[in-house]
Amino acid sequence: MNFDLSEEQGLLQETLRQFAQNECPPTRLRALFESAEGHDPALWRGLAELGIAGLCVPEEHGGAGLELLDLALAAEALGRAALPGPFFGHSLACLALALAGSDAQKRAWLPRLASGEAIGTLALGEPGGIWQPEEWRVEVARGALRGAKTAVPWARIANLIVVGTAGGGLALVEPGAAGVKIEDMGGVDRTRRIDSLGLEDAACEPLPGGAEAAPRVRDAALVLLAADAYAAAQWLVATTVEYAKTREQFGVTIGHFQALKHQLVAMAVEIEPARALYWYAAHAFDHLPEEAPRLAALAKAHLTERAQQIARDAVEAHGGIGFTWECDVQIWFKRCMFDRAFLGIPSVHRERAAQLAGW
Amino acid sequence: MDLSFGPEYESFRKEVRGFLEQHWPPAEGVNDETVRRFRKQAVERGYLLRAIPKRYGGSEQPPDELRSIVLREEFHKRRAPMDYRGIGTMMLVPTLLERGEEWQKEFFVPKSVTGEYVWCQGYSEPGSGSDLASLKTRAELAGDEWVINGQKIWTTQAQHAHYMFCLCRTEPEAPKHAGISYLLIPMKQPGIEVRPLKNMAGGEDFNEVFFSNAKTKKDWIVGKRGEGWLVSRTTLKHERNSIGSSEGSAIQLAGLVQLAKTALRNGRPAIQDPEIRQRLVNLEGTVRSHQYSGLYQLTKSVKNENPGPIATMNKLISTNIGNEIARIALDLVAEDGLLDPIADERLMGLAPGSGRGWIGQYMYSLGIATAGGTANIQRNVIGERGLGLPRDVFADRSSGK
Repeated sequence: MNFDLSEEQGLLQETLRQFAQNECPPTRLRALFESAEGHDPALWRGLAELGIAGLCVPEEHGGAGLELLDLALAAEALGRAALPGPFFGHSLACLALALAGSDAQKRAWLPRLASGEAIGTLALGEPGGIWQPEEWRVEVARGALRGAKTAVPWARIANLIVVGTAGGGLALVEPGAAGVKIEDMGGVDRTRRIDSLGLEDAACEPLPGGAEAAPRVRDAALVLLAADAYAAAQWLVATTVEYAKTREQFGVTIGHFQALKHQLVAMAVEIEPARALYWYAAHAFDHLPEEAPRLAALAKAHLTERAQQIARDAVEAHGGIGFTWECDVQIWFKRCMFDRAFLGIPSVHRERAAQLAGW
Repeated sequence: MDLSFGPEYESFRKEVRGFLEQHWPPAEGVNDETVRRFRKQAVERGYLLRAIPKRYGGSEQPPDELRSIVLREEFHKRRAPMDYRGIGTMMLVPTLLERGEEWQKEFFVPKSVTGEYVWCQGYSEPGSGSDLASLKTRAELAGDEWVINGQKIWTTQAQHAHYMFCLCRTEPEAPKHAGISYLLIPMKQPGIEVRPLKNMAGGEDFNEVFFSNAKTKKDWIVGKRGEGWLVSRTTLKHERNSIGSSEGSAIQLAGLVQLAKTALRNGRPAIQDPEIRQRLVNLEGTVRSHQYSGLYQLTKSVKNENPGPIATMNKLISTNIGNEIARIALDLVAEDGLLDPIADERLMGLAPGSGRGWIGQYMYSLGIATAGGTANIQRNVIGERGLGLPRDVFADRSSGK
């Protein structure tokens, strides 16, 4: 009985924390956040050199062959630094290929994805609030796709897109192919940019195990969003607590005042225990398959809902400065918005959890 | 991460099961005598009173939280009685074992752990609640005895107790915290009057206790004169050190889900109502977070590592969960909210279809929110010890810091 991280997992998080500190300090983060392209190939290469691009790719295909818990821990460490880049969509594309690809597809793509040389992403959403595999409408006919996807993370820099298709399947599309149209949607989270994806008879390669794997990939995505929401909320609480220890009014630091102290405590009490919920959901994905779908839904709904409220509270506790563009709180505030809305708002997943319990 | 117990604990589990199959329930039926005998056998096997040394009636087992969990699970499945639980065993005994004189341990511990000696706690006073250290009940030494005058309040079990562990001001000239001593006082004496206090649910669990020249022996003091505050902190530590508290939340949630399946809303089981489903799942997220963070804290405690600020948060989290359960239950019992509650903690929230029991839970959850430090005091503790925020300006001033 050991509900704690292994030494290696602790080391993974510490390595990423140091990487982010050195390679993406607040000034660099701000510059990327403000820039038109938003992506830094050098930063991505650095992560890839640490093996992060292939964390969940099987070892035989050049990856580290680790589990979702490890991936989620990496998501937390990177999310804590709001590190801009394609980690989220890329990891899920790797997972989809590893779970559902044919041997030839895996051999063709996984080594390049694992090394970070190729960037992958995942197209799940469709216009009209459609996210879940059973709702997808993109048609597959004669080896080509017709339809539209929304909120595809970093499609603009991707070499490979895994697209959710009608009937709950998955198919590979190369962004350069004819009939593929990628447009910047103007996403709120400038560290994870999103694009719309138009598919007009775009050549595709269906993944043979797609229909079986799609719900698993969705569940993995839910857990990664929960882990990121935890990271954002922790950053917001820690930053706001620090602010309360330094900002002075009435001749004392504002952290002396019980009204503010209790607000900060309310934020911390909401998020602190929930780390264990995302850990458990990830562990269930890896080892307790009967519990996994429901726990993923619960973790996503619980953590992203709370992180969003904490983000609002953090702005409020900072006073006027919190509402400015200049204040970094907005960066994590917007990551919380991404985590909450992506793959469906919390109430969608609470209802799913109720159904999965047989209620 | 590994949630299995491993072969050592599974074989221990088998052994416990074998014992229970043989001894519980007793052939002669469940009564005081058979319960007493069963507990004695379980102590001999090392299953109960594990933290109590053998010479005081315990089984003196090395601390092993996983064995404790296995025991709780197996005893619970078989509905077998575990250690007698009372304020004496939970708070006084650990304090005595840590700070008491040898004769005090020999005299009080063996009969307190079996429930022969019932204890009550004399801390709060009408004018000293959250600011407990301002307490005024006086104890003065006259020859071989302490003479006690003053009043305590919220004293649970005072009407049944044989003894009270009590904070009294013995050094009126000393600064606030340094003027207090921790005395043990016999309850059945002419100088003590116990008046029941009815709570809002109609239950009579707590009391006011009045001291008019009440007496206790000179050496019935734990720690030295003026050390009472420190000694009482040992006790509070034991009260808050309740890693298993999340189990209670999970059991309550299961009861609430059961209620939602039986209660009707618009002619259908309430659990089919979209709003109720949302609220139940939302609550479940909190309960599971509490449970799993309990597993994490347990792991840290087994490894002798610091779990971090979460350790200060458990009581407030349990309180928040109790409050949310109460709010949902009130909507589920709907018009039964017009009825008087059942003010018996044993029945609250347990009898399906019993709206009155849930009304009881609705009210009692407020008592739990206050007992052992109000939620706002808990928030101060979390803010100051958990998050490292500065102490309140006024609290600093009154403690002379």
